[in-house]
Amino acid sequence: MADYKLDPNERIDVEAVLQDLEHYHPRRRGWVWRKKAENQDMGPFHYREISEPMKGESVGLMTAHYFDNIDPQPMPTITTEIASGRFEDDIRRMRMAAHHGADHIMVIRTAGQSHFDGLIEGTPQGIGGVPITRKQVRAQRKALDMIEDEIGRPINYHSYVSGVAGPDVAVMFAEEGVNGCHQDPQYNVIYRNINMIRSFVDACESKKIIAWADMAQIDGAHNANATAREAWKVMPELMVQHAINAIFSAKVGIKKGNICLSTVPPSATPAPEVFMDLPYAVALRDLFTEYRMRAQMNTKYVESSTRDATVTHVLDMLISKLTSADIQSTITPDEGRNVPWHIYNIEACDTAKQTLLGLDGLMDMVELKKDGPLREKARELKERAVLFFEEILEVGGYFNAVQQGFFVDSGFYPERGGDGIFREIDGGVGVGTVYERAEDYMAPVTAHYGYNNVAQYDETAVNDPAKLIGGCTFEDPEKIVYIDELDEEDNVNVRMAETAKYRGKDCHTLKPEMEWLADGIVMITMFFPTSKKIAEAAAVEVGRRMGLQEVEVISREIMQQAEGTRVEIKGKVNFDLDINELEIPEEPDVLTEQEIWDDIQRKPMTVVCGTVGNDEHSVGLREIIDIKHGGIEKYGIKVHYLGTSVPVEKLVNAAIELDADAILASTIISHDDIHYKNIANIDRLAREMGVRDKLIFIVGGTQITPEIAVQMGADAGFGRGTKGIHDATFLVKRRRELEAAGKWPR
Amino acid sequence: MRREDDYEVRSAHLKSMSDEELKDYFWKLAQQVVDPLLELGYKNTSPAIERSVLLRMGFSSLEAKPMVEQAIAHNLISHGVGNVVYRLSKATGMPLLDAGKALARGELWDKAETLFEGGKHNG
Repeated sequence: MADYKLDPNERIDVEAVLQDLEHYHPRRRGWVWRKKAENQDMGPFHYREISEPMKGESVGLMTAHYFDNIDPQPMPTITTEIASGRFEDDIRRMRMAAHHGADHIMVIRTAGQSHFDGLIEGTPQGIGGVPITRKQVRAQRKALDMIEDEIGRPINYHSYVSGVAGPDVAVMFAEEGVNGCHQDPQYNVIYRNINMIRSFVDACESKKIIAWADMAQIDGAHNANATAREAWKVMPELMVQHAINAIFSAKVGIKKGNICLSTVPPSATPAPEVFMDLPYAVALRDLFTEYRMRAQMNTKYVESSTRDATVTHVLDMLISKLTSADIQSTITPDEGRNVPWHIYNIEACDTAKQTLLGLDGLMDMVELKKDGPLREKARELKERAVLFFEEILEVGGYFNAVQQGFFVDSGFYPERGGDGIFREIDGGVGVGTVYERAEDYMAPVTAHYGYNNVAQYDETAVNDPAKLIGGCTFEDPEKIVYIDELDEEDNVNVRMAETAKYRGKDCHTLKPEMEWLADGIVMITMFFPTSKKIAEAAAVEVGRRMGLQEVEVISREIMQQAEGTRVEIKGKVNFDLDINELEIPEEPDVLTEQEIWDDIQRKPMTVVCGTVGNDEHSVGLREIIDIKHGGIEKYGIKVHYLGTSVPVEKLVNAAIELDADAILASTIISHDDIHYKNIANIDRLAREMGVRDKLIFIVGGTQITPEIAVQMGADAGFGRGTKGIHDATFLVKRRRELEAAGKWPR
Repeated sequence: MRREDDYEVRSAHLKSMSDEELKDYFWKLAQQVVDPLLELGYKNTSPAIERSVLLRMGFSSLEAKPMVEQAIAHNLISHGVGNVVYRLSKATGMPLLDAGKALARGELWDKAETLFEGGKHNG
């Protein structure tokens, strides 16, 4: 299976990905930034800030079909976070996200991993994330290699180097070709209550490894924003946290161009978000000129409405655009209701692409004012951050400051609310596990931080300690020890065996899904003309009566407290569908708009049309012909509309008189099969007048069955749901056929 | 600690600074805060750091964990657990990986102790 390649028309074969993993080695190391496209023209448009296009398969925005299906890519790297608990199902989601424009795939860790002292091995199922293990990382990196080839753009793979096993994880990531990570010792201290000395000592080693692996690093400052009660008040502290991690990392050796600040617009509507957050974004970019910005979205105030979340995210991206973002993070709009579903990862990627493309070139037209509230507020924030640093040093440094509850305090510093997070210097997980290195301390490996007495063994190995052992795993990947599975029950093989019938090339069994293969989850939106409380109960009952299991309300919105409530429920269906038993209507054969246009330009076409018989229906036919409804006029076809209740003789005569290429008859009334009789009459009349061979004759109507229309003498029939493009496609194709047969021009 | 916002008073000494000077001052302070933290990392080690060294030497995570735990129990971690394996391998002529696996099984620690002056702190 070493030669397994993705076929865009087949689902990824996860079993094939998992085969021969023990022999897989990543094909590159390090982070890849998008490059600005040399050619900023795409389709009918000129852009100013798009990156190199994807060279392979991709899915453009919904409206792209109007514009030759172009799929321009904005400049910032686009992140999506994928971690459903089952990494094997996440692989499929990663592929979908990559096709929609994500080139930074971030995997959230399972709950509790940060307190696990060592590497987790195998592939246990996760909760709220995925257990990050060598096998899981290797499988996903390998799958992303294939997906990269399919889409024609590098994909950065990312997870977390934190907790009490930071250096272990950093080594594994470096070995396995992980391209980016979160690493910020402050996060361990403040949010995971890991001993602060241990955190910073470990962080030195982790960062040294991250530097060697050329990974991009993201800090953890945005968490203060998500934790503090009034998030916008922690802005001075956020700048301090960013600075501590940034300069600490740079001093260990990570290049500044790979050190990213995780920055969030701290407020959200109904606050005047842009007015409040823009000065902060400007202040940050004033101070951190050499570092990168990873623009995260606000999650603090996310509610269960996906629309509400999406609007916040778009406003957050406006701030990115008005300032800068090297990485544009996306947050799934369903984060306020559940662990993200496939469809919302994709929505979030599209929201980012759509917004950033829509704002392309904005800063060529507008600029931020050089004075006034923007600059005054930014200056004030910077001064407040400086004061914060001064006080850290006054109390004796970072550890003392943490011990005194300086961080995540709700006061707008130097105001203090007294509700910050307190941590003891000699407390927390892993306290007392830091050991002073002896004079003969030695570690014979690459990318080791700090004191290392290699000279005691070999003076010539001082700059290359791994030389002592003939190279470490960083030089010789064959030395890496791959562990497959440790738990016989909790592993990917067992899980995949349970869902085997839903996978594979010949699979014909189907079930709806939101996060895991065949999970059966569906979502239903409904409205009840009643209060919220009753509407919720009613919605659950609807779900039950529809046969759903585990029905839950996931969102509710009051329209008016008495008039009604919008409710969304989720539930599970407990049946399979057999694809072979589905009635699948044939897709109408449609030419592209450009193709039709070109053909009519090549040779003009005239049609006469009308609703025939005693029939006053006009709406359907107008939809088919009118330019404003996307009708056939749009493609340059010349239309003579004769109106309603047109006698069939009049229609045929008009066609002869105007030397028309085609007759388009609409017939709606179907009493006594009059609609089919009309068709037969037109056909007969045209024959009698000797013009049937010279005319294309098509007929449409809500009660028309295409096959019967043809039997009655039309060249084609069009039923309910027909659009102008269907008629236009037929006209063009039919004319080409006649030309090919030498019957045209007449 | 609760405190009213005394920004106006506290920031008086910053007002005369240009934006550029303020930025330089910000980074000078940041550096002062992190310098002792970097020093701490330079001088110390931890179980996770030692495990990460052993991983790079070619041991599995399942071997690295007990090796480090035993090194702590035998008061040898301050020398570096990779160093313990390295010196043991040199002294016994055992291949590096074999020496390490023995240590992971809890063997040869007495021998290792003798190689590091009974585990005493040297520096």
